[in-house]
Amino acid sequence: MMRVDDLVAAISSLQRSDLETWIREEWVVPRQEAGTLLFTDMECARVRLICTLHYELEIDAETLPVVLSLVDQLYDTRQRLLSLTAAVAAQDQAVQAAIIAAMEPNGESSHGDTP
Amino acid sequence: MKDPYETLGVNRSATDKEIKDAFKKLARKFHPDLHPGDKEAEIKFKDISAANDLLKDKEKRRRFDAGEIDASGAERPNERFYRDFADGPAYASHAAQDGFANNEELEAFLARAFAGGGRRSQGTFRARGQDVSYVLPVGFLDVAKGATRTITLPEGKTLQVTIPEGAEDRQMLRLKEQGMPGFGGGPAGDAYVELHVEPHPFFNRKDDNIHVEVPVTLREAVLGARIEVPTIGGPVAVTVPKGSNTGTTLRLRDRGIRNRKSGQRGHQMINLKVILPAAEEPELVAFLETWQPKTQQDPRKEMLP
Repeated sequence: MMRVDDLVAAISSLQRSDLETWIREEWVVPRQEAGTLLFTDMECARVRLICTLHYELEIDAETLPVVLSLVDQLYDTRQRLLSLTAAVAAQDQAVQAAIIAAMEPNGESSHGDTP
Repeated sequence: MKDPYETLGVNRSATDKEIKDAFKKLARKFHPDLHPGDKEAEIKFKDISAANDLLKDKEKRRRFDAGEIDASGAERPNERFYRDFADGPAYASHAAQDGFANNEELEAFLARAFAGGGRRSQGTFRARGQDVSYVLPVGFLDVAKGATRTITLPEGKTLQVTIPEGAEDRQMLRLKEQGMPGFGGGPAGDAYVELHVEPHPFFNRKDDNIHVEVPVTLREAVLGARIEVPTIGGPVAVTVPKGSNTGTTLRLRDRGIRNRKSGQRGHQMINLKVILPAAEEPELVAFLETWQPKTQQDPRKEMLP
């Protein structure tokens, strides 16, 4: 867990005022405990990602929310795929084979054109 | 020890802007959080960031250029990327129920489902072993001609590495299933081997061409000669034309590196360098003292006002 002060000290490029804006815009969502904002390891990593995107790759404040939204959608989609994978993994082998066969683009059950 | 200039693909005289642009370009391509499914991205990005950390800091860059520090000081402590959290089972607890669902498995599943992998029919889900990465220093000629190397891992296991002909410095080889063993009968992880090509005393590589500086005697240069020059495939006879000079370039077709994609060989470029006799030559001195050149020559005309 890190506080705002810890984060500003740990990441040399990070401007406190920027971090405050990001919190206000809810690009990062720290927990609030007894009036202190606390960042989990994951939120710290997210702050680092935003720092790289903003300060080093020079993605401006207008475009940044678009990028973050796409990144979030990407991870959300991967999480859903992960759940799906786990669900498939829990089936017996015949069911797994049938699911994979059905996903095969050239398989019998496919419709539509392959890319 | 990686050379930060090479890592960013800039030359040593690069401006701050060129360094920054090179970093931006590579970071876009390899930032692990933007490429959650790409395992190599993290290794590459760490190198790129370390190189950038060193070169963007004027003082550190000066000290590196002066040889006061080496590139190792710039390596980043193990940083945890956003994808380590957002892409793992810890993020969405519902996905982690059975303990062995992870993003490796996701990749394996996706590869099988969408790429039409060959192992589809037997399909049971098992966990892959972890990937490992190594750095392998290789000789210039091993890369130029291709070679096989055996590396011994810290655990005592040995790995056969086939270095493909024409491989490039910092090229990453993937040895399928040579990493850590899998679980539950799952396949082993992959081993990634990064090639670090050692420089050669006289061959220099530029893309698929080999450049070599070849000294010739004054007599050979003035009168022309048939001489033997080294190539990556062994000595080859070439004709030095009459009246050659330092800086005259000869080209040996198809004696360079075989391009991995096109299969075509590059060329060897020979840069001649005229050298004067090593021992005293009184006759040559006597000749020059009385020699009246047909054309007056002022080789420094362009340099002086």
